[in-house]
Amino acid sequence: MLGYFLRRVLLAIPVLLGVATLVFSLIHLVPGDPAQAMLGEGAAPNDVDQLRRSLGLDRPLLEQYGEFLGNAISGDLGTSFRTGQPVTAMIAERVPATAELAIAAMLVAIVLALPLGVIAAVKRGTAADYGAMTFALAGVSIPNFWLGPLLAIVFAVELGWLPVSGRGTLAHLVLPAFSLGLALAAILARMTRASLLDELNELYVRAARARGVSRVASITSHALRNSLIPLTTIIALQFGAVLTGAVITETIFAWPGIGRLLIQSIGFRDYPMVQGCILLIAVTYVGVNLVTDLLYGVLDPRIRFE
Amino acid sequence: MRSLFRSGQARVGGVIVASVVLAALTSPWLLPWDPSAQDLPHRLQGPSGSHWFGLDELGRDILARVLLGARVSLLVGVIVVGVSSIVGMAVGGVSGYYGGTIDQVIGRIMDVLMAFPGMLLAIALVAVLGPSLVNVVLALAVIGWVGYARLVRGQVLRAREFEYVTAAKALGAGTPRVLIRHVLPTAVPPLLVQATLGMAGAILSEAALSFLGLGVQPPTPSWGSMINGGRVHLLDAPHLTIFPGLFLAIVVLGFNFLGDGLRDAVDPRHK
Repeated sequence: MLGYFLRRVLLAIPVLLGVATLVFSLIHLVPGDPAQAMLGEGAAPNDVDQLRRSLGLDRPLLEQYGEFLGNAISGDLGTSFRTGQPVTAMIAERVPATAELAIAAMLVAIVLALPLGVIAAVKRGTAADYGAMTFALAGVSIPNFWLGPLLAIVFAVELGWLPVSGRGTLAHLVLPAFSLGLALAAILARMTRASLLDELNELYVRAARARGVSRVASITSHALRNSLIPLTTIIALQFGAVLTGAVITETIFAWPGIGRLLIQSIGFRDYPMVQGCILLIAVTYVGVNLVTDLLYGVLDPRIRFE
Repeated sequence: MRSLFRSGQARVGGVIVASVVLAALTSPWLLPWDPSAQDLPHRLQGPSGSHWFGLDELGRDILARVLLGARVSLLVGVIVVGVSSIVGMAVGGVSGYYGGTIDQVIGRIMDVLMAFPGMLLAIALVAVLGPSLVNVVLALAVIGWVGYARLVRGQVLRAREFEYVTAAKALGAGTPRVLIRHVLPTAVPPLLVQATLGMAGAILSEAALSFLGLGVQPPTPSWGSMINGGRVHLLDAPHLTIFPGLFLAIVVLGFNFLGDGLRDAVDPRHK
């Protein structure tokens, strides 16, 4: 068990290093001079030189890279070009809002998807199955940047039930969580159906029925429990989609999270902040995948011996 | 092909996709409205007999712009999927066939690219390269090829052990010939499925980037930028948001239906 854990953790290190390298190189992909791009074409040459020095762009590339990695490991992601505040502190302020939205969206998705997927699998080939899966495919196809404004028109403007934007109460969370969670619910419902169908065909389910276990119990206590193992991986993988979707959802609903900070920073060409946001989201994603891998090893002992 | 169109979903998907492609290609001749002509006195006018989808904030016909936007979306989809699948097939084929160090190096590069969730890397790339249609295509292709490469690599790993491949090698066929004539063709059916679903993904991603102001720039219409532009008028002129979004959702649904139908035809176990 310990060997499996160590192996997974060690495998994540080169990936993290690769992610950091790619994020570091982003600023060097800016066409022309990044300092000039940040200040605009009309900026005075002195100001451009000063910014170039403060960003460390006047030093050799390897030296910049070494310092970026060293600072990133110690949690220093530089200074925001726009506000002059440390990037890490500004991102840390936004983490709770994004975490709240991401968790709420995942909960919405799971609550919608599991019953839908189970009904579709159990009633395979019936109208309920086709209905559930058509709904799921429609859910994947509806972009959240369209669904969000439509939900806002209906539930915030027309009915006046929910606030249209901002963060504060639980009511503020409902529309962003639904518009972000629906696509995920659609994907999860399809996966739940496929995973449960695989299990329902297994001999142990038939054996349980032969022993007199009721149909409902054979599904919930036997097949569904096992089908949840691959679903944990899917949920974790979809966490990445939730983080990316949050960038859009936060922009629509003026949700003060990392996604909105990222888009605002892109608008201001605040490259250190853009790098910081991208790095944090990617590292979180790698971390969630690592934890999922470890959990998977606990849930399914066969994985540890592969 | 017959089993593909036996599926109702695939038929619906095929009809949707074919209709939108046809409408997008023929709209300049079919529609009496110029997508860039402005009618400022009637700006934000709702749907009517003279303008079926209404007019936008500059008094331009929304139907004409939605159909012009369809051209942009389909073009981005075709180029992104084309480039990604060709690169993915080449890289995945080489990686799976040769194995060893090449496979390890390619595998680690793919791991790093896959470590970025969804579109995040595309957002980052367009943010630094600057918003434009070319950069959107480039960014989406940079993240897009990995999925195809993984798929092809898996297929190649399986196919290189087939007896007819061993026979071809024994008969003296060179590596490029074995790879191109005998191994890679086995990956084509699943690749087609992924490419069809990839069209839906690429169209959605382009629209998302344009919605964020990072994609196609005005005055060229894109469904994403039209939805974004309509947000300001959500209360007084919701048709600005509704129609481009509806078209986007329907086209994506069409490609998803078609992709699902293809998958069922290629691998009936999915049914």
